[in-house]
Amino acid sequence: MSVVTNTTTIGAIELPSRRNTELVLLGFAVAIPVFAYLNVGLALDGTVPPGMLGYGLGLGLMAGIAHIVVRKFAKYADPLLLPLATLLNGLGLVLIWRLDQSPRLLARSDFSPQATNQLMYSALGIALFVGVLLIMKDHRILQRFTYISMVASLVLLLLPIVPGLGADVFGAKIWIRVGGFSIQPGEFAKIVIAVFFSGYLMVKRDALALASRRFMGLYLPRGRDLGPILTIWAMSLLVLIFENDLGTSLLFFGMFVIMLYVATERTSWIVIGLLMSAGGAVVVASFAGHVQARVNAWIDPFVCRETSVACDQMTQVLMSFGAGGTLGTGLGQGNSDLIQFAANSDFIFATVGEELGLAGVMAFLLLYGLIIERGIRTALAARDPFGKLFAIGLSGAFALQVFVVAGGVMGLIPLTGMTMPFLAAGGSSVIANWALIGILIRISDTARRPAPAPAPNPDAEMTQVVRP
Amino acid sequence: MNKPLRRIAIFCGLLVLALMIRDNWLQYVRADELNTHKFNRRVQIERYAYERGNIIVDGKPITGSVLTNDTDFKYKRTYVDGPMWAPVTGYASQAYDANQIEKLEDGILSGNDDRLFFDRTMAMFTGDKKKGGNVVTTLNGKAQRAAFEGLGDKKGAVAAIDPRTGKILALASTPSYDPSTFAGYSGKDEKSWIALEKDKDKPKLNRALREIYPPGSTFKVLTAAAALEHGVVTDIDAPTDTPEPYIIPLSRTPMKNQHGGCEKASLNEALRVSCNSVFANLGDKVGRDKMVETAQKFGFNNPEIDTPVRAAASVYDTKMDAGGNAQSAIGQFNTATTPLQMAMVTAAIANDGKLMKPYMIDQLEAPNLDVLQKTEPEEMNRPLSEKNAQLLQQMMENVVKKGTGSNAAIDGVTVGGKTGTAQHGVGNSKRPYAWFISYAKTDEGSPVAVAVVVEDSSGTARDDISGGGLAAPIAKKVMQAVLDSKE
Repeated sequence: MSVVTNTTTIGAIELPSRRNTELVLLGFAVAIPVFAYLNVGLALDGTVPPGMLGYGLGLGLMAGIAHIVVRKFAKYADPLLLPLATLLNGLGLVLIWRLDQSPRLLARSDFSPQATNQLMYSALGIALFVGVLLIMKDHRILQRFTYISMVASLVLLLLPIVPGLGADVFGAKIWIRVGGFSIQPGEFAKIVIAVFFSGYLMVKRDALALASRRFMGLYLPRGRDLGPILTIWAMSLLVLIFENDLGTSLLFFGMFVIMLYVATERTSWIVIGLLMSAGGAVVVASFAGHVQARVNAWIDPFVCRETSVACDQMTQVLMSFGAGGTLGTGLGQGNSDLIQFAANSDFIFATVGEELGLAGVMAFLLLYGLIIERGIRTALAARDPFGKLFAIGLSGAFALQVFVVAGGVMGLIPLTGMTMPFLAAGGSSVIANWALIGILIRISDTARRPAPAPAPNPDAEMTQVVRP
Repeated sequence: MNKPLRRIAIFCGLLVLALMIRDNWLQYVRADELNTHKFNRRVQIERYAYERGNIIVDGKPITGSVLTNDTDFKYKRTYVDGPMWAPVTGYASQAYDANQIEKLEDGILSGNDDRLFFDRTMAMFTGDKKKGGNVVTTLNGKAQRAAFEGLGDKKGAVAAIDPRTGKILALASTPSYDPSTFAGYSGKDEKSWIALEKDKDKPKLNRALREIYPPGSTFKVLTAAAALEHGVVTDIDAPTDTPEPYIIPLSRTPMKNQHGGCEKASLNEALRVSCNSVFANLGDKVGRDKMVETAQKFGFNNPEIDTPVRAAASVYDTKMDAGGNAQSAIGQFNTATTPLQMAMVTAAIANDGKLMKPYMIDQLEAPNLDVLQKTEPEEMNRPLSEKNAQLLQQMMENVVKKGTGSNAAIDGVTVGGKTGTAQHGVGNSKRPYAWFISYAKTDEGSPVAVAVVVEDSSGTARDDISGGGLAAPIAKKVMQAVLDSKE
């Protein structure tokens, strides 16, 4: 005699968790950088580099730990995000190590090898990634911290201006120095501010979307709703003016406009956002000398170089890309170290361009594109508005950062001092981006988790045919 | 919220697409432009990154490479007998780029030429170091040494050609420079470069190819060729109708002669004693346009004589009046020529009227000595008929046997030549140029034709400056060297 306990027609469909897919992909994500490392060693010295085993084991171990944590604590998470981040991080380490070997850079007083530090920062990044997954069982907890996040992000952003704490490095005041470490608070502020935007917009989206007046085909918001937008706008301008940080201000404002648009579904916000950023750009460009210099260097670096040494770096970057051609010179065989200062941080993408060529750059852009689109997929799949906004905010910021950095380095847009996520040497960037991936994985896990099996329906029992 | 999300997804896709398009633009479309940009240090770095191939004379390299401890330039160029070979090799400097063969054949020498792709790929698999290929020249070491030492501390140039093929056998220019002294980029290199730049004697100038001089009386062989070719003279021993004194057309100035006996002198005799009046008269009779035609057949007014190092264009004015033409016919007025051009004129006469294209790169070799490219002798033009060429040979041999060119005579060998003393400067105030052109002949045709110019012969009394006295002995040594090396 069988007892039917559940007669609901739709049962829980167990989605495949895809954890094994992730494991296989991670295998590739570790193997490719190890071979790249070998490649650099052979190209430079003709011998197998002594650190290869340690490097391979280190990367493998980090990837393994991350995988186990995801398997245990975020079973349904997107299987692509972790391998993609691991691959980029691993290749970034190889590129940094490759530039460490350059006699031309080692001869400079302001250069010190960065690969070991970067490996340590990557480990810290993975630790933070693991921490995010362990501590944050559900991303919706963050909703509670909406206004605390606002304060926190403001503090983070403004820290570099604080006298004694901020460090001015070649004109850009985006670092703070604590103990022996320098931190770029802007990288962390990126995530914290996304929490604030998501929480705030989730609550205010109806007011922002509906309470508006129609003017020339645009829905203009009410004055009191416009307040926060103006605040963000002003803040991004302040960052630009006081910290000389074109990238961060562009990133924040862009992220905010994207999230506003998603929350309200009103195109007018995009128009307003574009107008405001254009206005801000004009104001800043007419007052701030360094922005003008950047624009001059962008219009024609070779002409600009005649008068200003500062433009020489941009010409070096362009010539790096040119030297790469279609297939590149091969890892370790280019001269991207001619870029000198910041060759391994802001300009590391030029090394990709020179040594891996057009093919390599395309591959890297696809890897970044995949991370971005997986993030947007997560936003699409998320079932709660907070998660949707949070995921799109983070992916949008990631996309903007990639565009601004790569576009700047390739001369598509004026140069801004930001780092290529995962590739560039720099602790804050790697750690913050691992946290970002951790959060996206957490949201995707929640989004893809199958709906809990419906509770047995007592009524179903009641309507059973009466048994003899 | 999904509709705006999808739009954002498209927007992000467009951002990445924009980066990709930009990258294609940068790395594919603009790659060549960026790679050859004058600010691009990679060109220099690449040039010296590997052991550079060598320029070879008589099977021996006249260049070399030494390992340096530099981070940018791993190797530095060295030169064997730098000053002697500088007009051939040019220089390759880490600071001051390169010129002549070093620059023109940079692809082969640095190993970056497409023709070396296979070698590069093989080297990649076998683990060999990348190496440059070699440039094998047509030059003759002995002839070059004779020319360079013959010029000594005088200012001048020598060009010698094998008339049968057009192979350049010697190319000397003095004062010269040692390209080794500024091959690097240190302060010392800079100092020697600046000193060379400032030197009033212009040691870096390749006089054999790049400087044009009034050819003086040596040009008379060309006027004689024009007169024979255009039928103005048919019998070289028949008297001409030249009066004494001969008045330059459209003027009242008589044409001066160094010797007597030029009145009605035959062509043969006029060349032997170098009568100005006879040749001015002949030039006038042939006429400007026909003179231009013949001169151009020999290579005058051609700005593209590439050996492959490009020679300066020799000039025979195409627009002057009859007076100018008459003076030009004796190598004065606007007429100016490179030593190479005069060697070509001599070579064409010695080769029975066939002018071969001059060249100095015999073949290009891959690092494994495979021949990548071999230059085949090429006929450039036929400025005069075989019969007329032989008549001219007869006259030029006469000059050496019994005339002004006796200093070039070599025992047991037929030698033809012509002297020249070219006036220049306002009112002929400057020291004249001493010229000599000649060829030697054996049973197998002529193996060598030489042109020598001595610019300013310090230490020689002005009256003693003559092509026969100063330039002919140098030409003789060069011819002797070529003849010796044939045996």
